[in-house]
Amino acid sequence: MHFALEIDGSGAGSPPATAIGLGAAQAAEAAGFALVTLADSPLPPPGGGGRVEAGVRAAFLARRTGRIGLAPTLHVTTTEPFHLATQLASLDHASLGRAGWVVGAENSEAALATVGAQPLGEDELRREVADVIDVARQLWDSWEDDAVIREHATGRFLDPDRVHHVNFTGARFSVTGPLITPRPPQGQVVVLGADTLGVTGRLDIALIAAPDLDEVAERARQARADGAPLVFAELDVLLGEDQLDALTPWGPPRRLRHTGSAGELRTLLDRLEGLVDGVRFHPAVLSIDLPRLAATLGARPGAGRTLRETLGLPRPVNQFAAAR
Amino acid sequence: MPHRLHLGVFFTGVGPQLLWTAPDFAEHTHIDTFIATAKTLERGLFDAFFLGEGLRVRENRGRVYDLDVAGRPDAITQLAALAAETERIGLVATQNTTYNFPADLARRLASLDLVSGGRAGWNIVTTDNAWTGENFRHGGWLPHERRYERAAQFVEAAKALWAGDRVERHTDLVGLSAAPTVPASPQGRPVLFQAGDSAGGRDLAARHADVVFSANTDYDKAVEYAADLRKRLAEYGRSPDSLRILPGASVVLGDTPAEAAEKAAWIQREQTTGPRAIAFLEQYWGKDLSGYDPDGPLPDIEPADGELDPSRGTIPIHLRTGKLERVAEWRRLSADRGLSIRDLVIEVNPRHNSFVGTPGDIADEWERYVRTRAVDGFNILPQELPGTIEDIVDKLVPELQERGIYRTGYEGHTLREHLDLS
Repeated sequence: MHFALEIDGSGAGSPPATAIGLGAAQAAEAAGFALVTLADSPLPPPGGGGRVEAGVRAAFLARRTGRIGLAPTLHVTTTEPFHLATQLASLDHASLGRAGWVVGAENSEAALATVGAQPLGEDELRREVADVIDVARQLWDSWEDDAVIREHATGRFLDPDRVHHVNFTGARFSVTGPLITPRPPQGQVVVLGADTLGVTGRLDIALIAAPDLDEVAERARQARADGAPLVFAELDVLLGEDQLDALTPWGPPRRLRHTGSAGELRTLLDRLEGLVDGVRFHPAVLSIDLPRLAATLGARPGAGRTLRETLGLPRPVNQFAAAR
Repeated sequence: MPHRLHLGVFFTGVGPQLLWTAPDFAEHTHIDTFIATAKTLERGLFDAFFLGEGLRVRENRGRVYDLDVAGRPDAITQLAALAAETERIGLVATQNTTYNFPADLARRLASLDLVSGGRAGWNIVTTDNAWTGENFRHGGWLPHERRYERAAQFVEAAKALWAGDRVERHTDLVGLSAAPTVPASPQGRPVLFQAGDSAGGRDLAARHADVVFSANTDYDKAVEYAADLRKRLAEYGRSPDSLRILPGASVVLGDTPAEAAEKAAWIQREQTTGPRAIAFLEQYWGKDLSGYDPDGPLPDIEPADGELDPSRGTIPIHLRTGKLERVAEWRRLSADRGLSIRDLVIEVNPRHNSFVGTPGDIADEWERYVRTRAVDGFNILPQELPGTIEDIVDKLVPELQERGIYRTGYEGHTLREHLDLS
């Protein structure tokens, strides 16, 4: 099973701190996690304090880690799709192929007001998420791998037949392309998103947030049927009886939740093993739960050079090269 | 304290300036090249490393332009990675006010500023062409004359967020309702750079910028420009010392003046290869001229109707109209002096190597610029990577230090401190 870790702030049960998450990312790497994810919002954290934009955090972490995947949350509703695709491609270049993207679909009135927009209807939102993923994927392919030829005899730096306009038209925006950044090392950045977004077939990893195992099993089956190559269960985790008061800010469970001993967590993971390909952990208090989690999970298999290799996902064929 | 010279490197990453044919050309989009460059500059005690921005890959007659270096990263993402690899150097991102959302960009810049420990800068630019807008939600929505109006409102919103204030602004140019999310860095907020040379750009600089990145390198022009800016500063109640002037400049060093001149001439020929000279004329002719010999006479056919399109990059205002008169003038010039296509393009589209000479000669020249406050320093555009930068750090910097016009160690930690801005 693959393990992912959410490292935003100081943990799921406490208000996000301004930390970059360096200690957590390095500890997660040492413990053999496949990737860390970095939640984000255009709004200030509800409990006060501040937060560094997730793409910036991930880029900084890219140079202070060597093996672990880095997946910031970028919201499709409050960004320019072209910038979003460029930022993620650049993160993949800076990390030498370790970038992921957690698809965010922030749709509150306050969040949309930061860009002078209004919340979208349910169908509109689903279409917007699909459009932004589609255009990002096309833009990542807009430079073929061998586009830069540096041909001294003709003076041509690149082959213009291998750098493509994408001419994408969505419901609410259009993008001509190509991207300003050459193709990411992984070909395509690894795209993670909730199965509830309604775009499961466009994801590399579907994230299932369900409060019990039966529902996880059912939705995992559905996500696979909808075309997700990998399915991860979302899991709140609080290890040890000594910190049960950290539960208070958590509220009722929206996803699987484990509180208690390491041994019971192992049992839960064994049961999940047959249902999903991986788990994304949301520790209650990172500084306490991460070391305990690392000890519980034990040594993990060595990671690949890129996040795709680590996850056993193939490097995708370029859609424009394939069509040529 | 005597006025000191401040140095930056402007890494555009695209265009004809950078010679990809040079034997030691470093793979220009690889992160290792950026890291090595930033570390060399830090060794040379530079104030800042700048990244350029271009939001559409350049084209020639509807096709991706194939002769220049192309491809670059998102500036803020790249600089955040470099923040993890460097300790002192300022990290400046060129970012557009036309095709960004104010709260989103302000937040990303503040984030870079915080993770770098107060070393971020923002080079504020605008775009007025619909061709670039085709990559964005808004498209080509902003008329030329209103770009700086939006830029000013955009910058005001960003500054308010950085000051910790909630912003509610709803005009026909800017609409947002946002609260700050990123705590202030050790330098308070990112240092603001402004590059536009038009009246609107100069005015924006006088109102908001900490540094201007001007195009006025020639001494007399630099003096005139500095006087104009200081007058504008006074109109906004700012002291003459509250703004640094760092014109863009290229530097060609040689062990002797003759060697430097020879290298400069070689660079100029390399920057205007035969195919590039043809492509330059095609931009004006609007026709396929690939059948013409760059070493032969100008095309005998007439240019197509219509003015230039912006697909080869932003066109300065004075070149946007009057295409046919310009072509007629070139025909006269080339007939009078017997210029080939390539000669003519080198003549009419000069890529000035602004400072050419021995390290000692250039240091003497710069000493005059800085002692008379014509400029506060230079923002250098490298032609060769890593060659230009290594030469400057290893040969020119020691000469500047000997003359007492350049630091011998970083004293501060933030970009604001490096620039001696209070």
